Formats: sequence, structure tokens, C-alpha cells
Amino acid sequence: MALWIIAGMTFREAARKKILWTALIAGLGFLAVFGIGLHYQMADFSAGSMPPFLRYQILGGMLMIGLYTVDLLAVVMTILTSVDTISGEIDSGTIHAIATKPIARWQVLVGKWLGFVGMLAVYVALMFGGTVAEARWIGGVVPQNPVAGALLVFLECVLALTVTFMFGTWFSTLTNGVIVLGLHGLAFLGGWLEQMSGFAEGSRLVAVGIVSSLVMPSEAVWRRAAFEMESPLAGSLQFSPFADISVPSLAMIGYAGAYLLGALAIAIYHFQNRDL
Amino acid sequence: MRRGEIFGFLGPNGAGKSTSIKMLLGLVKPSGGEAFVLGAPAGDVAIRRKIGFLPEDFRFYPWLTAAELLALHGRLSGVPSDVVRERVPALIDLVGLTPHRDKRVQNFSKGMLQRIGLAQALIHEPELIFLDEPTSGLDPMGRRLVRDIIRAQRDRGATVFLNSHLLSEIEITCDEVVFIRDGEVVTSRDLRTPSGEEIRVVVRARKLTLESIAGLAPWTTSTLHEEEQLTLTTRSKDALPDILRHLVAAGADVYQFTPQRLSLEDLFMKIMGEDRGL
Repeated sequence: MALWIIAGMTFREAARKKILWTALIAGLGFLAVFGIGLHYQMADFSAGSMPPFLRYQILGGMLMIGLYTVDLLAVVMTILTSVDTISGEIDSGTIHAIATKPIARWQVLVGKWLGFVGMLAVYVALMFGGTVAEARWIGGVVPQNPVAGALLVFLECVLALTVTFMFGTWFSTLTNGVIVLGLHGLAFLGGWLEQMSGFAEGSRLVAVGIVSSLVMPSEAVWRRAAFEMESPLAGSLQFSPFADISVPSLAMIGYAGAYLLGALAIAIYHFQNRDL
Repeated sequence: MRRGEIFGFLGPNGAGKSTSIKMLLGLVKPSGGEAFVLGAPAGDVAIRRKIGFLPEDFRFYPWLTAAELLALHGRLSGVPSDVVRERVPALIDLVGLTPHRDKRVQNFSKGMLQRIGLAQALIHEPELIFLDEPTSGLDPMGRRLVRDIIRAQRDRGATVFLNSHLLSEIEITCDEVVFIRDGEVVTSRDLRTPSGEEIRVVVRARKLTLESIAGLAPWTTSTLHEEEQLTLTTRSKDALPDILRHLVAAGADVYQFTPQRLSLEDLFMKIMGEDRGL
């Protein structure tokens, strides 16, 4: 089926352009640094006399920082690698030779989307799995609910991907990149402001966070992932950056899912109906 | 346009040639009206299996090799993979790219891209082939190759829709041409039957008088007199002996009398107006 030919082509493009390998090498570099950090921390622990309970909390904090880095890297990689895929082919005229084949336009778009979803699944599985495995083997810490966490990080990446595709059917590559990174930045800021409400005891900050999450729910998905993965004790520590001060509800995750599907539907509709 | 012919589409820049092709292929939606291609509404997905298209300024994924590019287009056009495997080397040979079959397209010159673009338009043996400026960027050998391929496609039974601003190419290749301006068809010409078209005659003679030139009016549609040269146009070759007889009888010393069929370029200029340019 044409859909799968296009999905496969997207994979092959990433491999040929060395995007896949560069991302994997950068990922391995990250895992190496994280592993070395954990190793030295363990060495320091064995030299000192810190109670095991506190050690576990510190290692758990390191794991969360590692996973947050994986999350950020994955989202930014998603946007950077997919930003050119629709708009670039429209700009260059490459799309003319594809959109005149006996394939519905939605299949072209969904095929490319599926190709990226597949690559993201591999990337998130390797990076997330690698980080969790290192934390387990070197530091002896495990996240509370790693599967839910990984799935939520994957959801966040697919959300960023779909929004990038949607704006790619309207705008040029550069404009698209500015819009999507700007939206993610907004969600990022909103999320942290909401987190700060724990110190400020201000419900208005929570409102700012919720509104920004409604505009772009990517960061809210991460905060839910953090809540799912962090130990209840660490989560209740108000000074932790990942403390469960204002945890996005399951309704917000449902909203993120609906947002994703809505963006995909708009992307398909607009791509189907626009002039090429 | 009729099936099985090579149909030329002519017009100045901005006349709407490429846009018309894009509308027929469903890339652009018409602001009004409707069009049918091979009996189906323009843009119909299933009918595209029978249509080949070489876009103007063909570009494709630069990371593919020529052979991979063709195989991909074959599969996207719904050709079974075993047939694709057979056709790819044959088509690469046809467009003269065999030494470059395993090279990446990113290293291709514009002419080579046009050649591989033409090959991808033919891989599914379409009934109707749209070629948008197929010879732009090609050297004379390449142009002749494309011309031969276009004729071979017609001989196979395919219909070719050729959009070009190279009038000489159209003149050599096409069976019928349509002139468009500002998105509207101005006129059409059947290039297989030249009868009924104007003939231009270049006359060089001494002692041409205004009276003798005025006396040509019954046979001519236009006259242009500059010193010893008279350029006139007439509707029928039957008038040529009468014109010559009249000039000699009027006392002119005629030492050149050359009838020329109006070239497509002359026709084009006449229809579009000299000022519009190409």
C-alpha cells in the first residue's frame, strides 16, 4: 500500500541523510555522560557516610533529571527533523511528482507521519530505556511506573510532531519551526510557572499554567510523566523541581490526545484541499 | 484534445500553461468550471494510474540514486515490483543515463534531472503524458532524444500533452497546437495539414512602384515594402503565379521570389502581439 511505501521512504530518508545515525550517536553520548555521572556519584557515596534513604532520593533525583533531558532532547529532535518534511517539499516542488501519483493526498501525509512516529518510537525506547537501565544497574534506582512514563514521553513527541505537520501544511519551513518551538516554549514556561505556585501559593499562577497547557499541552504531558515516575516521597518534597505540586489530571492527558488527533485531522484536511 | 496525438500548449509567460496542467492533474483547484481527463473529473485519484507527469523543473529526493528514484515512482504508480525491476534498467537506458544509474540524484545536472524526470513519467506506461517544459536545460542531443521518446510514446498509442515555450520544438514534434493567453484559448492550429495557412513571400526586385504594389491587393493580406525588398503574405499558393506575373507586367525586375510558410514563431508573434514577448 502506498501509505507504507511513503512511511518506509521517510525512514530511509532519515537513514540516508544521516539524521538517524547522528541522533543515535548523540543519544549514546548522552547515555555515556549520564552513566559516568551516576558512576562517580556512587563512588562518592561509598566513600562517605550518607544514610541509604537519602542516597536513594539523590539518585532518584538524578534519574528524573536524566529523563527530563531525554524528554527535551526527544521533543526538540522531533521538531527539528520533521519541520521541513511537508513545507520543504511544497517549496521545492518535490511534492508535484508525488501528489500526481495514484495516491490520495491524505495517504502521503499520514504515510510520512507514520514514518516519523516509527522513528520516534525507536528513539524514545532507546533513550528512555537506556537511561532507566543505567540508573537501575549503576545506581540501583528505578522509576515508579516506567512504562507509563515512557508512553507519555512518546505521546508528547507525537504531539509535537503532529503540530509541526499541521503548521507545515500552511507555512514555510522557517516560519513553521518558529511557531512550533515558540508554542513548546510557551508550554514549557507555563508549566514551570505552575510549578512555582507551590512556593508562591498563588492560584493565578496555576491558571497561567493551565491556560498555556490548553494552548499547547506538551509540557503538561511531561509533568504527568514525572508524576507517574517519581517516588511518592520525592514527589511530595516541595523543593524538588519535579514535585507533584500541580499535577496535570488524566483529563489533561485526554485533552492532549484529542489535541493531537485534532491537529492531525486539520493537517489532513488542509493538505487535502490546498493548492500545491 | 484527441487521443493518440501530441498536443502542444503555447502561450507567453504567465499565460496559465503550467497552472492549466496543475488543474488537470488536481494539484490546483480551479476557481470555476470543471475539467475531465480520460473521462474522469480532473484530479481523480484512480485515473492518475493512467497519467504520467514531468513537472517543470523536476526535483526529487536528492538522496536517492537514479535507479531507486525510478523504482519508487513505479511502486507509487501501482506497478508490481517484478515489473518495476524489469522496466527500470530499460528506461534508464532509454534516457541515456545507464552510466549514472547508481549515482545519487543530488549530483545530477539539470539536464540529467530532466531525463530521469521523463523516465519516471513513463514507468507505468501511461495513456496520457503531461510534459511541462521537457527540453529546458537539455543540450541539442538531449532535445533530440526527448523528441524521439515523445514520438515513440505516441506510436505506442499514448497521448502527449506538451507544454513548452521552445516554439521550434513544438513545431517539429506536435500534431496540434493551442495558443493561450491570460488563461484563455486564443486559437488552435493543426500542424499536420498546413493548407489554409498564410504563406509569406519575400520578393527582391528593382523598379518596384507603389502602383504595382497596390495592384497586389486582390491576392495579398499584407505587404511591407523596404527599398528593394517586398514582403507579402497570401492565403493560397495558387495566387503565387498571379502575383509574380503582375509584378513583371508592372515593369519590376524580379531577381528573387521566395515563398515561405509562416513559422510557428511568426504565428505566435502575430497572435500574441510582438510586445508581449516569450
